[in-house]
Amino acid sequence: MSKKKIKMMTYIPLVFIGIISIVPFLWLVRSALMNNTEIFEFPPKMIPTKWLWSNFSEVFKVIDFKTYLLNTFIIIVPVIIGTVVTSCMCGYAFARLNFKYKNFWFAIVIATMMLPSAVTLIPTFIMWSKLGAVNTFWPLILPAFFGGGGFNIFLMRQFFTAIPEELDEAAILDGATRFQIFWKIMLPLVKPAMLVVGFFTFMNTWNDFFNPLIYLNDPKKQTLALGLLQLQGSYSSEWNLLMAASTLMTIPAVIIFFFGQKYFIQGISLTSGSKS
Amino acid sequence: MSLHRNKQKRVWTADDKNQNLMGYLFASPAILGLVIFTILPMIASLFLSFTDYSVLNLHLHWVGTQNYTHIFFNDIFFRKSLLVTFTYAIGSTAATLVAALILALLMNAKVRGQSIFRTLFYLPVIVPAIASNILWMWLFNPDFGLLNAILRFFGLPKSNWVFDEKTAIPSLILMAVWACGGTALIFLAGLQDVPETLLEDVEVEGGNWWDKFVHVIIPSISPIIFFNLIMGLIGSFQTFTQAYVMTNGGPNNATLFYSLLIYREAFQDNQMGYASALAWILFVIIGIFTLFIFRTAKSWVFYGSDK
Repeated sequence: MSKKKIKMMTYIPLVFIGIISIVPFLWLVRSALMNNTEIFEFPPKMIPTKWLWSNFSEVFKVIDFKTYLLNTFIIIVPVIIGTVVTSCMCGYAFARLNFKYKNFWFAIVIATMMLPSAVTLIPTFIMWSKLGAVNTFWPLILPAFFGGGGFNIFLMRQFFTAIPEELDEAAILDGATRFQIFWKIMLPLVKPAMLVVGFFTFMNTWNDFFNPLIYLNDPKKQTLALGLLQLQGSYSSEWNLLMAASTLMTIPAVIIFFFGQKYFIQGISLTSGSKS
Repeated sequence: MSLHRNKQKRVWTADDKNQNLMGYLFASPAILGLVIFTILPMIASLFLSFTDYSVLNLHLHWVGTQNYTHIFFNDIFFRKSLLVTFTYAIGSTAATLVAALILALLMNAKVRGQSIFRTLFYLPVIVPAIASNILWMWLFNPDFGLLNAILRFFGLPKSNWVFDEKTAIPSLILMAVWACGGTALIFLAGLQDVPETLLEDVEVEGGNWWDKFVHVIIPSISPIIFFNLIMGLIGSFQTFTQAYVMTNGGPNNATLFYSLLIYREAFQDNQMGYASALAWILFVIIGIFTLFIFRTAKSWVFYGSDK
């Protein structure tokens, strides 16, 4: 077989898998635009006879979508700030500064990525409940200010490690302090890394289901993920509404992904570099 | 020259103490976070696992190993959930790894439009878990779902997917495979680092694509296979959302994942002590499993320097 033919052959599985990846999305949007009888026709239609955009406004009516959206953003903004700032600091420390037991601490930070969250969940919940913080956003926000987790610290450290050591050495000889080096030399260089961490953090927080479920019971405090769950509980057979709400929740994630695609891919590639 | 070196040495020595201080200062969020959100809660959780603590109940009694003996000898849900979780963890990790590797090989082919395919394959990963769970319940719907429509189109009998005890776990594995794009991208990054010269050597010796795959590609990316294997297993051992949202552990406990069991004990039945014991058992199981894989790694994971 000629090289050209082989190339053409690879398109067959690529397109096939591409279709498999995209069809559930089309099904999601198509169902979100149908009325509640058309959606139950079998064999199903792929395209709605009339595009029912009102399903989306209906979602805003049946659940308090605006409140959920607002709550989600009240959580997401400080979480991103805390994660980016503190993972950056820690990444710098682990990549560049020599302090006692550095490798020991770093090893533990990495090991926490493999720790099942269940083993810390219950005492952490008890702690927050003793502090009266259940049904507040604190349990969801505050932990982000402690390095933002092993994955982000690791990612940041990888970026800092890639910056040539000569830069620090030259600055030290010029009499710069470590803090000045971090602020004036390092930070501008790791901006792409901060974007990577920022994008991942947005996604994780936007998608987070478990933590809001544990900590937010008050309907006025709940996030979009919980709002969707509530909708599913009370409108379990109105699939067009459920699909419309799911679409509404998926769209921001897709938009953010398209804007940050480059950074996501970069972040993922760096993860794989870690193993060697 | 020697003068310069001396000067430099002196500067760095004076900097050492400063670095120690600055290091701890800069790393303090991570270190404090470790202590507050990992180490102390772990110790507390181990302690609680030997008590009958519940949030409502202000009393706390030391019950010794009672929680553990009850779990091991009397809790039928424990055994069931362990079986369910192991089946899913091994099945979904294996299926996802194979699918992701195939996907990565395809994405690594030098044909046009790869960036579009890369985006397409990654899209399923970014759907929020709850939205994707609701979507899949609709796709799995036995009467009106897309999947049964497809089966019917091909003249195949319909399936009850997650709503049947027998097909529930395979259905969830199918769902996991759909979202294997993230794992595939990690593989792809590794494939791009496979040395061209080694691939050419195989060609020179008359080997075909299979020889390349087995003798060059697999050994080259073995550290990444190892990484994806470990992270995949650890992640799938903790599956919760699907069980909570889609099946509520059913039908007939066929999807009673371990994390769901812990959640129920801790937050629905308020058995914090008992749930802590369950959590520690999970921790130990994952630990042993991980350690075992790390041990075997020596024989099948090759790092760059070995070649």
